[in-house]
Amino acid sequence: MATIKEKEQEVIEEFELFDDWMDKYNYIIDLGKALPGIDESNREDKYLIKGCQARVWLLAEYKDGKVMYSADSDALITRGIIALLVRVLSGQAPADIVEADMSFIDRIGLKEHLSATRSNGLLNMIKQMKLYALAFQQKN
Amino acid sequence: MPIHTDTLRKAFPILETKVNGRPLVYFDNAATTQKPVSVLERLRNYYERENSNIHRGAHFLSQQATDAYEGARKTMQSFINAKHTHEVIFTRGTTESINLVAHSFCSKFVKAGDEILISAMEHHSNIVPWQIACREKQAELKVIPMDEQGELCMDAYRDMLGEKSRLVAITHVSNALGTVNPVKEMVGLAHEKNIPVMIDGAQATPHMAVDVQELDCDFYCFSGHKMYGPMGVGVLYGKEAWLNQMPPYQSGGEMIREVGFKKTTYNELPFKFEAGTPNVADVLGMETAIQFILKLGHQHISAHENDLLHYATGQLKQLDNIRFVGTAAQRTSVVSFLFEDIHPYDTGTILDKLGIAVRTGHHCAQPIMDFYQIPGTVRISLAVYNTRREIDVCMDALTRVREMFG
Repeated sequence: MATIKEKEQEVIEEFELFDDWMDKYNYIIDLGKALPGIDESNREDKYLIKGCQARVWLLAEYKDGKVMYSADSDALITRGIIALLVRVLSGQAPADIVEADMSFIDRIGLKEHLSATRSNGLLNMIKQMKLYALAFQQKN
Repeated sequence: MPIHTDTLRKAFPILETKVNGRPLVYFDNAATTQKPVSVLERLRNYYERENSNIHRGAHFLSQQATDAYEGARKTMQSFINAKHTHEVIFTRGTTESINLVAHSFCSKFVKAGDEILISAMEHHSNIVPWQIACREKQAELKVIPMDEQGELCMDAYRDMLGEKSRLVAITHVSNALGTVNPVKEMVGLAHEKNIPVMIDGAQATPHMAVDVQELDCDFYCFSGHKMYGPMGVGVLYGKEAWLNQMPPYQSGGEMIREVGFKKTTYNELPFKFEAGTPNVADVLGMETAIQFILKLGHQHISAHENDLLHYATGQLKQLDNIRFVGTAAQRTSVVSFLFEDIHPYDTGTILDKLGIAVRTGHHCAQPIMDFYQIPGTVRISLAVYNTRREIDVCMDALTRVREMFG
């Protein structure tokens, strides 16, 4: 299994292929469409991440020392970005997730989605993923 | 004189901004308008040549600044046609004006079991201060319902006005829907039962002439920054009779007459409600913004903005799956919409990439979104410097959004 850093590098290299933002966003939209998402029955308030313009649900389970995430959103661009986060962090050990700096988001030019004007949706998403990891780490 | 945007836009250097290499299309005017050079120069001139603390120093600069500040109060008075200059209180903006009324009016006139009426289309800033005041007083907050078009249900309103009603607080123009409420009629109905009315005019003053004596409202609030003036300054108009009876909101310098450790007496109106050193520069900037509006003329501003509103609505109608939110007969300067099959956040993200500044989301009016059961809207809000050409650019961008997501 590739490390978080290796996966981040993979994503960065993929995004280097795009010359303009339009192609990049079309790709993010495709990623959003391809994300399996979550069961309708799990679209519950307790899985909802607060502070997002779009609604974002995040679930996590702990299997064989790794954290497995699944997530969903009602906005496609948000879904695409979530797909990237899940791809990088899912299947990793809690300690590594807690430590991850997630600098690839900046490198692929999506930093604006981290700014306060975006209601901190992505930041809250990352925070929540790390909180799950932290909880699993402390439980075990 | 009719509006000539080519000339007018030269007074707003920020409109030349490029976003991602494209010319900025600024359609977020309900959040804040841009400021003309005359306002910027007024601010600069104040700090460069006039700065001094007012109402106390006996020296030249202080005297001059005091005269300028009190002169601005006169400009505000005539702008809204208030009866007295001292009925104009300077605040930080509409939010503070509403908080002042919610605090000072309620502490004197509201008791347990009383009712305050607001409407279903209020901005959060005309909801939360009343919730807090009602909780403190164990009073009840009642909400005047609206219909699918985004118009207030006047029959329900009539029925709600009763023995226990202490105050009606309603918006003149809805920031999320653009609805212009029949405030004059609403004031009349409330007054038949001796109930005072406060109007949130933040979205009205940039677009239409307001005459508080004609409306006969008891309080009227508005902000400088939504009408081509600086941020951090606004006005509370209140009828003298109410303001005199209300206790101060904040305390400190300016608002006192005599201070002793045992007893302090308060200053007269308007100073009773203006504790601390006032925001002189921004008050003067707001005065210049009002002069800018008056020079253009309200009738010309309305004519231009209504033309844009109709043009935009007509163009947008041609797009697939579009749903307009807020279709009241009387509207001004705001088109709120969403695509049935595309999240407003997705639409907004792509518009931003194409240089178009709109607001997406709930526009600080979550109850409205709950009413329509939508996640939010895309809001185009217009100002006097916007053009049909910009609407065309926005249409092209929205067509692109449909191609990407549709």
